[in-house]
Amino acid sequence: MGKKNEAETEMLKGTLDMMILRTLIGGDAHGHTVAKIIERTSEDVLEVEQGSLYPALHRLEDRGWVSSYWGASENNRKAKFYRLTGAGRKQLARETSRWRQMTRAIGLVMGEEFAENGGRQ
Amino acid sequence: MSWRRFFRRRRSDAELQEDIRTYLEEETTENIARGMSSEEARRQARIKLGNPQGVREALWRQNTVTAIDDIWRDLRYAARTLRRTPGFAMIAVLVMALGIGANVALFTVVRSVLLDPLPFPAANKLIALYGKTDAGMGGSANSHVRSDHLNRVAAADFYDWQSASRSFEQMAIWRWTGYNMASNRGELPEFLQAVTCSWNLFSTLGVQPALGRSFTNADDMDEASPVVMLSWSLFKRRFNGDPSIIGKTIRLNLQPYTVVGVLPQWFTYPDPKIQLWVPYHKGIPTVILHSHYSHTSHVIARLRSAVSLNEATQEVSVIQHGVFTRFSGGGPVPSTVVSLRLVEDIVGDVKAPIYMLTAAVSCLLLIACLNLSNLLVARAVARRKEMAMRSALGGSRVRLLCQQITECVLICLLGGVLGVFFAAAAVRWLTTYWLNLPRAETIHMDVAVLAFAVGVTFLAGFLSGILPAMLFTGRGTASALQDSARTLSGAASKASLRKGLLTVEFGLTAGLLICAGLLFKSLLQLGSVDLGCTTHNILTMRYFLRGEIYSKPEQIVAFQTQLLERVRRLPGMAAAGLTDVVPGDGFYGDTTFSIPEHAPQPPETHDSALFRTADPGYFQAMQIPLIKGRFFTPSERLGKSNFVIINQKMAQEYFAGEDPIGKHLTVSWLSTSPENLEIVGVVGDTRYQLNEAARSMVWFPIFSGATSIATDTTLVVRSAADPAALSIPIQKTIAGIDPDLPVSDVLTMQQIIGESTANSRFEASLLGAFATLSLLLASIGLFGVLSYLVAQRTSEIGIRIALGARREQVLRLIFADGLRPAVIGLALGFCASVAVTREIQSQLYGTRPLDPGVFGFVGLVLLLVAAVACSVPAWRASRLDPMKALRTE
Repeated sequence: MGKKNEAETEMLKGTLDMMILRTLIGGDAHGHTVAKIIERTSEDVLEVEQGSLYPALHRLEDRGWVSSYWGASENNRKAKFYRLTGAGRKQLARETSRWRQMTRAIGLVMGEEFAENGGRQ
Repeated sequence: MSWRRFFRRRRSDAELQEDIRTYLEEETTENIARGMSSEEARRQARIKLGNPQGVREALWRQNTVTAIDDIWRDLRYAARTLRRTPGFAMIAVLVMALGIGANVALFTVVRSVLLDPLPFPAANKLIALYGKTDAGMGGSANSHVRSDHLNRVAAADFYDWQSASRSFEQMAIWRWTGYNMASNRGELPEFLQAVTCSWNLFSTLGVQPALGRSFTNADDMDEASPVVMLSWSLFKRRFNGDPSIIGKTIRLNLQPYTVVGVLPQWFTYPDPKIQLWVPYHKGIPTVILHSHYSHTSHVIARLRSAVSLNEATQEVSVIQHGVFTRFSGGGPVPSTVVSLRLVEDIVGDVKAPIYMLTAAVSCLLLIACLNLSNLLVARAVARRKEMAMRSALGGSRVRLLCQQITECVLICLLGGVLGVFFAAAAVRWLTTYWLNLPRAETIHMDVAVLAFAVGVTFLAGFLSGILPAMLFTGRGTASALQDSARTLSGAASKASLRKGLLTVEFGLTAGLLICAGLLFKSLLQLGSVDLGCTTHNILTMRYFLRGEIYSKPEQIVAFQTQLLERVRRLPGMAAAGLTDVVPGDGFYGDTTFSIPEHAPQPPETHDSALFRTADPGYFQAMQIPLIKGRFFTPSERLGKSNFVIINQKMAQEYFAGEDPIGKHLTVSWLSTSPENLEIVGVVGDTRYQLNEAARSMVWFPIFSGATSIATDTTLVVRSAADPAALSIPIQKTIAGIDPDLPVSDVLTMQQIIGESTANSRFEASLLGAFATLSLLLASIGLFGVLSYLVAQRTSEIGIRIALGARREQVLRLIFADGLRPAVIGLALGFCASVAVTREIQSQLYGTRPLDPGVFGFVGLVLLLVAAVACSVPAWRASRLDPMKALRTE
């Protein structure tokens, strides 16, 4: 884990908050679920480092974008669940549109050609 | 980054651990579901999670304000260090508390007395005006010469200024006075200190009465019916704060006065002792109202907004010069005018001692800081290896520096907190024992003072911490790791720094000791001053004969004669006499005179002499010696009293080489027209003030009964034993003759002298205490440094002794080492004192600023104390057992 995908990990850092918020649209989830969803949805391209996941969750909570409560996990274990708040939803909308603009802009700069040949080594 | 998170770090961490546990379990469960063995499933889950400690640390860091965290850690570390050495910590904290407390206390005084504006609207526009006689003009000895040679103002001068000047919104005049308040419904008669002032004094200051109204122009006229305003304290004390007093009459000097107003509680100008206010035309005799020669009043004014102090002074000076040219032929008239801000006028002479004490406490704090610095250097030396180690392990210099300073700041913080309490007590003490401190009632501690305390605390912490911190965190610290007990070079350079600090301490201490010594010598000189009369077993009391029943000379003389007769019959009485004011009790008043037997003086020259009254028995009662001629006789009274007695000084000054007896003085005191009075005697000189040389003095017979001079009386009695015991019988005697006559200032001569030297004693004691404290600190410092040095040099000394050095040689070696900073510091302190002591010259009496006796004594004491501080470590060094010393590592 981690080391081999340093490029992706780096990229992930800036967008982790946004992805966590996006994940929570589907419903409340605890840390493990959030990580799992991101990994599955990205077809295992993105691996979420726990060292950044939990600080990110705390950060989001501190900013009021998610709220948390203690609940029971699927396997009936005590777990901290995170829920998207109203402010979080708005933030997600902002982040998403910014992200779209960004990827479009980067796409334009890099050009079609590169985009075809690019991708994963 | 939010504060909430910072303070909830611990909880957040606990939650995270829970989260991590859940994560691991979930992952393990899933791995088992994927078909792994439970062992493998757990292992894979852990691999996937990575280092849980790392996750925790990441979150912790995210939640942390680094700076605060560092400071907190430093504080805890410093507290731990201090707890390990409680003795050191306690002494250091106490010393800093004293230093900081003294500074905060003095700052409180300086702020309230010198810096705060007066409690009047636009107070910076208020000024005081005084007359000034050019140097070289004759008759410089006008009434009430202040120490800075400002003359009080004559009423007629004031009215000229008021009508002709344009620089002022308003100008007002006032004068000290006093009233007898008759006994009323069982309350005793009372003498009340009062001010008589022009009607616009309160509007000039911008003061509204708390009750009733202020004076009006109509109140301040000859024909107006008498009115009075009360101070708040009199209103509360004598009239129970009952507002219905407004409009009622009270009897002052047996005359009815209508109370029109009560002044607010905060109003204490010019002095909190003032109880009554009376319009100027009612409080001043008509003759004086129109006189240019009776310089007895104070003038204040409010500048117009566009006018500067200088322009205004110029204008009034020009007016006064006109007065001078017209009137100086008839008596002394100041030729020009000086002005000063009202606040300066009120603060007056107290500025110099306040600044002196402030300078002293600053020195004290600096010495305390140096001492702390010194102690910390010693500890830092001991921790050299620790510092080197930490530096080698990657501690940044700033972090190590901060940590060292933190320890110091912690000591100062504790000292500061303690110091503030100390200062609160000190301020209370200062305001109680500092007599005649102007604006003392306004002195209080507030937020600004606390802010100052915090500032001083951190400054002190920084000052004392920075040096040791710099020393032991810099480059080359790593070499400490290579030091062994036998390499001494590093330690030696630090020791020389510590000796440098000690030198500064001793220098400052020497300066403080010299200033204190000079003040003490002045005090001793004052104590040994011969007033010119006896001061033992003398009781004095004052009364003022006022009102209709004392309006004729016969009435006054009858009372005085009757009182003296009855008092002299009291048991335990040795002698009794009457005067207006006793020696040592102040300037009081002077009179101009000419000598008809001498050639006439140029018209603008006016000889003057202090003016006193006496009855025939006064000189014997006070044991003032008769030099020539005779005293007054009991038959010389009323119409037959055209005689005077002069003092020796006057005889020498004005009758050099001739016999004054039988000569005459021409004065215009007994009536408005000049009279010739025959000189019948010459008596010994008496001083009007303890710290002033005797001046020419002329004595008038109090039995003349002249209303202008014979009414203000001090009764003087000399007793066989304790004079205080006579106080009640005498007061009963007075009440027996006139039950409405209040008696005030019942004081023994010793008390009068004590009061006049009280402030000198106060200043000298305070400065002496500071100086002693700094000497103590400096010698503790010396003791510490030397002890440390001896410990450092144990093996070296061991070698010396083993190689044959004699004990006394070792003793001398260490002694010389320790005394060097004291001697150099002493020399520096002496040099500094030469410059500084000139500044306190105004506080000295009979002592030169470079008094060799004081300098010598201070040098001796300082060296002696330094020697005592050195003796223990030096003795210990000389007693070293070489075998043990050499084994010491």
